[in-house]
Amino acid sequence: MAVSEGSQHKSEERPGERRDERVREIGFARQVLRRPELGAAAGCVLVLLFFAVFAGDSGLFSARGTVNFLEVSAQLGILAVAVCLLMIGGEFDLSLGSMIAFAGVIIAIPSTVLGWPIWSCVLLAFAAAIVVGYINGWLVVKTGLPSFIVTLATLFVLRGITLGLTRLITGRTQIPGIRELTEGDWLAPLFSGQFGGGVLVWLADHGLIDKRPDGLPSVQGIPVSILWWLGLTALATWILLRTRFGNWIFTVGGDANAARNVGVPVASVKIRLFILSACAATLFAAIQVLSVGSADTSRGLQKEFEAIIAVVIGGTLLSGGYGSAIGAMFGALIFGVVQMGIFYTGIDTDWFKAFMGAMLLAAVLFNDYTRRKASETR
Amino acid sequence: MAPLIELREVSKYFGSVIALNGVSFAVQAGEVHCLLGDNGAGKSTLIKILSGVHPPSTGEIRVQDRPLLFASPRDALDRGIATVYQDLATVPLMSVARNFFAGREPEIGWGPLKRLDWPLMERVAREEMGRMGIDIRDPGQPVGTLSGGERQCLAIARAVHFGAKVLILDEPTSALGVHQAAVVLRIIVQARARGLGVIFITHNVHHAFPVADTITLLNRGRSLGTFAKDEIARERVLEMMAGGKELVDLEAELAALRRSGASLQ
Repeated sequence: MAVSEGSQHKSEERPGERRDERVREIGFARQVLRRPELGAAAGCVLVLLFFAVFAGDSGLFSARGTVNFLEVSAQLGILAVAVCLLMIGGEFDLSLGSMIAFAGVIIAIPSTVLGWPIWSCVLLAFAAAIVVGYINGWLVVKTGLPSFIVTLATLFVLRGITLGLTRLITGRTQIPGIRELTEGDWLAPLFSGQFGGGVLVWLADHGLIDKRPDGLPSVQGIPVSILWWLGLTALATWILLRTRFGNWIFTVGGDANAARNVGVPVASVKIRLFILSACAATLFAAIQVLSVGSADTSRGLQKEFEAIIAVVIGGTLLSGGYGSAIGAMFGALIFGVVQMGIFYTGIDTDWFKAFMGAMLLAAVLFNDYTRRKASETR
Repeated sequence: MAPLIELREVSKYFGSVIALNGVSFAVQAGEVHCLLGDNGAGKSTLIKILSGVHPPSTGEIRVQDRPLLFASPRDALDRGIATVYQDLATVPLMSVARNFFAGREPEIGWGPLKRLDWPLMERVAREEMGRMGIDIRDPGQPVGTLSGGERQCLAIARAVHFGAKVLILDEPTSALGVHQAAVVLRIIVQARARGLGVIFITHNVHHAFPVADTITLLNRGRSLGTFAKDEIARERVLEMMAGGKELVDLEAELAALRRSGASLQ
């Protein structure tokens, strides 16, 4: 993403300015190739076309189906945005999935066992996320160990604490009965609500989406997670491209030593990114627990890898210093479309993981190729 | 005129190791001062003392005739003493403008809308590189597309722009080819013309001689003396550096080998 800001200001070049004779005007195609999210955008179009042909009449692209795959994408996308920033900053967070279960249990136990209001439990979970993220970041910065190892450790520690605490307090690994508690809570609609009901009725009345036999539109609301996803992606993009903190993220991930030498507070940037990642996991947990109505100690399994896959498909470099939040959004969208597409076409969903693995490999090869093209030396 | 920076009898010990032993020299504004020495001569220790990474064990650093101890590299930087490290200067995947302002980004706007001042960043990056004689076509292009010499120049131009009075260049030419090294040497002359004091650290006599005003020779942690360039011949410098004698020895050794090889056949 760092590569193409220049193009926007090209037109401001004053006349009479000396031009280097070695400069070739870079064509539009080359400019597009420079964008890290190109691969994911192209992959998205491909996947959508594929399912349009092979699953066009299966209901995947009906209002119901679209909301379904967007919801899957949105939940993963919320994680992917934070993971994207963290990975551009040069670090991994493998504890993400465990954090989801941990946060879920933190919301569920005080509300069901102690009768705390939901909003206070959600805030408590976010506070816990800040602590966990801070510990992750602090350990990585202080020990100098690879974040892969540090967060692999917290992956197991958090999962263990989650299981241990839940069984100790409730005697089980599942905590049901949260849906009733969310009713009337002022904070809950932020995570489990729906929006756009009026618009959907209007669309249905004008025949643009299907109606159910009782006259209501087939979808009565768009899950609020989709708003979170789009909002967070826009915010992350703004941060990366237009703010000082964004520049610090790129510098820290590109070369931590160079960053230190020019006075960028490397430790603080990394710690903040780990906190962000843990908070995204908590947001994911809050959405899941409050809309499903239960918490489970096995929630969030492998989510850390799914988020990394989405981010890498989105063109972010594993080694840091390069990437795009928009790319991560496309990566998550591909994930959602393929997962629901396979479901709707009736293919055994067991195949989904094999497909995503292959997709990851293809995306990395493609991104590698375009990036080499983009930063080709003379 | 008081020197911009002066070392007086500076020594640095790491445990039982004497890395630097009583080194003194001074750098005036508009002077290129070359520190010549082979590996192990104490050049990197000296850089770290000058740039505020290590305090000296004994001796003092004087900045504009006042004794000083740098608290940190940032402190040295704030006092106008900027160090350009050999390869730790730029981030290849980031654009020229982003690299130029890394750590000191100009912002416009207010509150949550506070943002980078892109037009200013691009204009300044292009202008400052232009003043160094390098035409940047597109400030949005990644630094990885620049040549090695141009990357060094970016780091130097950046230091100059942010008010450096003393530039410490750590082996800026050693990883470069002949042409690229010439580009960097030209920049060093540019910086001198703009009134900066330049401390140019190298082990290459042929890079030091064209630009140096004064030369300090380091060997095994000691200074062999500071010379004005016209006081001392290139050959003499080569000889005084540890490598000089060793090269003579090596030549003798090889000649002996060749003789014995010939006699074997």
